[in-house]
Amino acid sequence: MSKTTEQVRKSLARRYRAERRFRAYGIISIAIGLAALAILFTDIIGKGHSAFFEHYIKLDITFNEQTLDIEDARDPEQLNYGNYDGIVREALKTRFPEVTERLQVRELSALMSIGAGYELRDLLRENPEWLGTTQTLWLLADDDVDLFLKAGEKGREDSRMSAEQKAWITELEAAGDTERRFNASFFSSGDSREPELAGIWSAVVGSFFTMLVTLCLSFPIGVAAAIYLEEFAPRNRFTDFIEVNINNLAAVPSIIFGLLGLAIFINLFGVPRSVPVLGGLVLTLMTLPTIIITSRASIKTVPPSIREAAMGLGASRMQVVLHHVLPLALPGMLTGAIIGMAQALGETAPLLLIGMVAFIVDIPTGPLDASTVLPVQIYLWADSPEQSFVAMTSAAIMVLLAFLIAMNTLAVVLRKRLERRW
Amino acid sequence: MNVKMKASIVGAAAALAFATAPATAIARDTISIVGSSTVYPFATTVAERFGRGGNPTPKIESTGSGGGLKLFCQGVGTDTPDITNASRRMKKSEFEQCQSNGIKDITEVVVGYDGIVVANSAKAQHIDLTLRDIFLALAKEVPDPKGGEKLVPNPYKTWKEVNPSLPDTKIEVLGPPPTSGTRDAFNELAIEGGCKTFDWLAAIKKQDKSKYKAICRSIREDGAYVEAGENDNLIVQKLVSNPSALGVFGYSFLDQNRGKVQGAKINGVAPAMEVIASGEYPVSRSLYFYVKKAHVGVVPGIEGYIKEFTSERAWGPEGYLVDKGMIPLPDDKRAEMAKQAQGLVTMTGNEL
Repeated sequence: MSKTTEQVRKSLARRYRAERRFRAYGIISIAIGLAALAILFTDIIGKGHSAFFEHYIKLDITFNEQTLDIEDARDPEQLNYGNYDGIVREALKTRFPEVTERLQVRELSALMSIGAGYELRDLLRENPEWLGTTQTLWLLADDDVDLFLKAGEKGREDSRMSAEQKAWITELEAAGDTERRFNASFFSSGDSREPELAGIWSAVVGSFFTMLVTLCLSFPIGVAAAIYLEEFAPRNRFTDFIEVNINNLAAVPSIIFGLLGLAIFINLFGVPRSVPVLGGLVLTLMTLPTIIITSRASIKTVPPSIREAAMGLGASRMQVVLHHVLPLALPGMLTGAIIGMAQALGETAPLLLIGMVAFIVDIPTGPLDASTVLPVQIYLWADSPEQSFVAMTSAAIMVLLAFLIAMNTLAVVLRKRLERRW
Repeated sequence: MNVKMKASIVGAAAALAFATAPATAIARDTISIVGSSTVYPFATTVAERFGRGGNPTPKIESTGSGGGLKLFCQGVGTDTPDITNASRRMKKSEFEQCQSNGIKDITEVVVGYDGIVVANSAKAQHIDLTLRDIFLALAKEVPDPKGGEKLVPNPYKTWKEVNPSLPDTKIEVLGPPPTSGTRDAFNELAIEGGCKTFDWLAAIKKQDKSKYKAICRSIREDGAYVEAGENDNLIVQKLVSNPSALGVFGYSFLDQNRGKVQGAKINGVAPAMEVIASGEYPVSRSLYFYVKKAHVGVVPGIEGYIKEFTSERAWGPEGYLVDKGMIPLPDDKRAEMAKQAQGLVTMTGNEL
């Protein structure tokens, strides 16, 4: 046996060990990543799942003309100013006749959400003939009641409600007059100060308009810039300088774009604060570098032979680009755009400076209506004192994550299906 | 090539200007409100009720008191806010800024009080502090414990060292960072309040105001005071999991988390609505909002919003704002303030 083979044999075991270690490092890294993801998801889902349900209480509501102060239920003016909280209080007092003292009545009324009154107004508007009758209705409970009913044995002790309130709810629960229902308003209403009435729809719509503006601006501009730089621009110091700057912009902290938006769009051009158009403009600045860089990369993957063949057949440079290069590079560009959009969807920092951290109840109807976006809604709820907003925050994070996962999956699918290998 | 590029840049800028120009001309039919994050939960509650009464719901941005006043004082016109909330009074300099930008008529409204509480977990022992204890436990430099009029870097490690009647636990206080209005008020009312109880320190104020402020409004940075971020919910959660720690936050968070945390007595007074309203509780401040009179009648609904905010069903002792943790003004002051607010009485600047 030669000396070299001897040496190789000796080192073989060590080299195998080294390789096994190397693989183990890789597996450990992936495991750490997955564990972090699992912790994040269990925490968020564990905290947030309860927000998708809310509790209702069954009451016999008497639409009493005197208490309501309504004579004609068809008159919208009278309907608007009716004392609906009054009839809810009456119904509770009928349910618990032993409660007479003023402070106790106040505590009793606190069991129902303020939304209950508005719901009764809407019901009476639809059914004017109910005036003067008694109806058995399921009405929304207050957020504290909701928390109490959702909590376990221990959580119930820690509830901020008084002992009497707890006793009343336990009585209602035992009588089967409480019910857990799917929280549909979470997906259909805007922000509210009352957790049981708050929803994410205004934020989702705001996000939609903001993303729409961002996409409409950043995609055409980004693609045009990429095509020009790749296909037409001469290679000289000036274009190198532009390239360095674009790459730099991609790494600039997003809050800087917010400052820029404040200085240029608001102060110079007078764009109103808090509107999706403004948010879209700022996020366009932020996503442009991402789109330009990915678009250029995908144009680069188109083989030169395609261009040469087209030119050989007499196509002009514009025809080469529009008829051949662009369609072939488009899948890559789209993927880049979707990833850029996903980034923009999760962005909060630049929006803090341009007034999109706002309390928005009404659902925006266009890109010029004041609105907020999903991540900002999460930020606002996380900072609210009411305990129920903890679950709401996590639920909103789940919705945001669902959107992000959907967008990123779409990017992967597009790449897999449309990409051509040469 | 360069010329072409320049032309396209100019073109793009022009297109941008064109695209955004019509936006400025749009008249606003929703009230725009900015300002303090402390007043935000109360203002949003009012706005929501106001909106449900058939009006467009006002838009409320949480910008902080200083940021809000800066935006408010930018000028008159629908691109500036109509109302700003503040957890402190407008400063003379801010009033002058407003005046110089053409905002001559401003109405000031005091809406209520907010208390700042020192709290710990409901499972831990109840704590009874004085302002002097708070100063000694948390200030950066304190009078030498050995005596004499000399300042030393804060040597105290446990509450027992500060005051023998306090428990023998490590000083660990979670509170807001310096960017927060709550922190400013805590420094000014609690730390400085305790500082003033040393006569020789109080005497410095007359000689050297900035030196006095540096001593009496600074918080130690050796880890005993932990800056827990702007999020008060986080502080509450941390207190629950760590019964030996204390936390500093607004009264509304104590109110919403009764059962989880308890408020410490300060100078013998436990934080509660009545004592904060009467001024007996030492760490409390007033909450304000300011109205730009030039916008009343231009932006619809401002008067209605003010009326809603200053109605008994909102800010009265049994109003819905109390349920949110705001502390109402005393009856006579409330009546007077409601008249001033609904009559849109103009500030003269002398009251500041």
